[in-house]
Amino acid sequence: MADIRTAATAAETDPTTAGWNGARSEPYGPRPRRIVSRRNIVVYGTLFVVAVYYLLPLYVMVVTSLKGMPEIRFGNIFAPPVEITFEPWVKAWAEACTGLNCDGLSRGFWNSVRITVPSVIASIAIASINGYALANWRFKGADTFFTILIIGAFIPYQVMLYPIVILLREMGLYGSIWGLVMVHSIFGMPILTLLFRNYFSSIPVELFKAARVDGAGFWGIYFKIMLPMSLPIFVVALIIQVTGIWNDFLFGVVYGRPDTYPMTVQLNNIVNSVQGVREYNVNMAATLLTGLVPLIIYFISGKLFVRGIAAGAVKG
Amino acid sequence: MSSVIVRDVSLSFGAVEVLKSLNLEIGKGEFLVLLGPSGCGKSTLLNCIAGLLDVTAGQIHINGKNVTWEEPKDRGIGMVFQSYALYPQMSVAGNLSFGLKNARLPKAEIAERVARAASILQIEPLLARRPAELSGGQRQRVAIGRALVRDVEVFLFDEPLSNLDAKLRGELRVEIKRLHQKLGNTMVYVTHDQIEAMTLADRIAVMKGGVIQQLDTPQEIYSRPVNRFVAGFIGSPGMNFFEGSIETNSAPVFKSGDISVDLSRYDFAGPGPEGRQVELGLRPEHVVLGHGADEMPVTAEVEVEIIEPMGSDTLVWTRYGGESLTVRAETDKVPRPGERVLVGFDPGRASIFDATHGERL
Repeated sequence: MADIRTAATAAETDPTTAGWNGARSEPYGPRPRRIVSRRNIVVYGTLFVVAVYYLLPLYVMVVTSLKGMPEIRFGNIFAPPVEITFEPWVKAWAEACTGLNCDGLSRGFWNSVRITVPSVIASIAIASINGYALANWRFKGADTFFTILIIGAFIPYQVMLYPIVILLREMGLYGSIWGLVMVHSIFGMPILTLLFRNYFSSIPVELFKAARVDGAGFWGIYFKIMLPMSLPIFVVALIIQVTGIWNDFLFGVVYGRPDTYPMTVQLNNIVNSVQGVREYNVNMAATLLTGLVPLIIYFISGKLFVRGIAAGAVKG
Repeated sequence: MSSVIVRDVSLSFGAVEVLKSLNLEIGKGEFLVLLGPSGCGKSTLLNCIAGLLDVTAGQIHINGKNVTWEEPKDRGIGMVFQSYALYPQMSVAGNLSFGLKNARLPKAEIAERVARAASILQIEPLLARRPAELSGGQRQRVAIGRALVRDVEVFLFDEPLSNLDAKLRGELRVEIKRLHQKLGNTMVYVTHDQIEAMTLADRIAVMKGGVIQQLDTPQEIYSRPVNRFVAGFIGSPGMNFFEGSIETNSAPVFKSGDISVDLSRYDFAGPGPEGRQVELGLRPEHVVLGHGADEMPVTAEVEVEIIEPMGSDTLVWTRYGGESLTVRAETDKVPRPGERVLVGFDPGRASIFDATHGERL
């Protein structure tokens, strides 16, 4: 309502519209919008409730991980810690026992890093070149090849678990970090190739033609023209792969050994251990520690992620 | 000596035949325009000459060398694209020098060529900028520059001005013509804009359905189109057409409804047009309205329906023998709609086409 009044006074003082007697009652200027409307209450109310609903478990985890065991036994899981202690975090990282080892999650963390980094690099490098070749260098049988690759994305992992065990055993990679790296790289291929192919297809083909006239070859065009234009899609692939591989449990538990288990498997072993006291605070801290890496990746590259999704995955 | 020879070139995408055994010879230093509606295969032909598409059959020679199997970079061509196709992550200088760096030319030579191209196109102040910071006209200049630095014999233009607004298009058109006069390179220019074709070309190849319909000088194509399609495609506003038949008494006469036109002044290409169903084509600018109309061999009184003032002249829409007839009139003596006026024309400047196969008679 205030907006209308100011608009009306402005109209009165303005000499060009002074004689215009409709200024007070008729619409003028921007349409006034009320902040407290029924629509806004519903929208913001719903959003608030949903946000709380999703954040509550996280709150409980953080709060519990900062409490000592005696405090947890009171049973007030929503109450903030009376006495903040970082003891559970230290224990989760360095002292918690899984099986015979009592060096906490740190071993699993480094295993996960050693698995994730090479598989992310390998899968993105290969898939981006695949996608580039499929999008721009239409070779004979390209469509068939692409179809086969996409079908790969729809086959459930469980079907392939045992054949891959045999494969890795024959190659002498079973139970090693490199076996896991290979499995992750292969399973990332279909979806990543699709992603890159669609992104490269959305780059105007004339750029590619111009580069060919300018004498750039397959690799020249890839490294000098395509790569510099594709940062958003590489970030998308990075996020998909880092979170996917970091959070993987199935492959880790099937193809790993106790000394090569990734962090997720080790977390499970800590949380599900049946001996002794169940240390909820340590479990919470361990879970938070495990989830930290994907979380950090999201926070750093969230904006680029949205841009890449919008540019590559939807278009094309 | 021919600069570019296209010999029996066919191209099919699966079952779709885009180019049909096409032959074309382009002289050294000639400006040839490939003109046609979209989908006629003109851009495809250009891509074949550039080596960006493999031909299904036939040969392409550039500068006396058979380049049918050569890579684009080895064909001695430079190409300019409609969407500019500038590399967005490189500066203007980077765009210009990209091809030269790929050819591993010495640094000094690259710098010299870039500087020369920049001065010819007057883009020196822009060399450090990114394509995103340039206007459309500037971008197209850079794109032309990228072809220029390659120091090649043949320039290929793929609708280079279509993305620009009308005023810029006019300016750059003149610039391309000036460039051609200055450099004397062979230029092959694809467009669907007949004004560009008429103003730029030494010869125009009008294409339709993967076949060259007519290959001739702009003036010849304009005044003596070989078939109904070329006649209708060239000229703006378009040619007026009247369906009818030819009767011969002492001289051939075109008859359509209640109009009859004496064709004794018309220069028939072949003999015996008698009795055929034909179409008579008449350009709006060859019809005289008002003063001077009575001196023409054929005159008629028609009613003005609509007038379209275009500044320099005015288009008058009338009806003649049941068909619409547009006349180009001078702006200062334009009739009002509803008025009856006298129009006249010379059948010697008309075109007559066979109604069934559309060939010029």
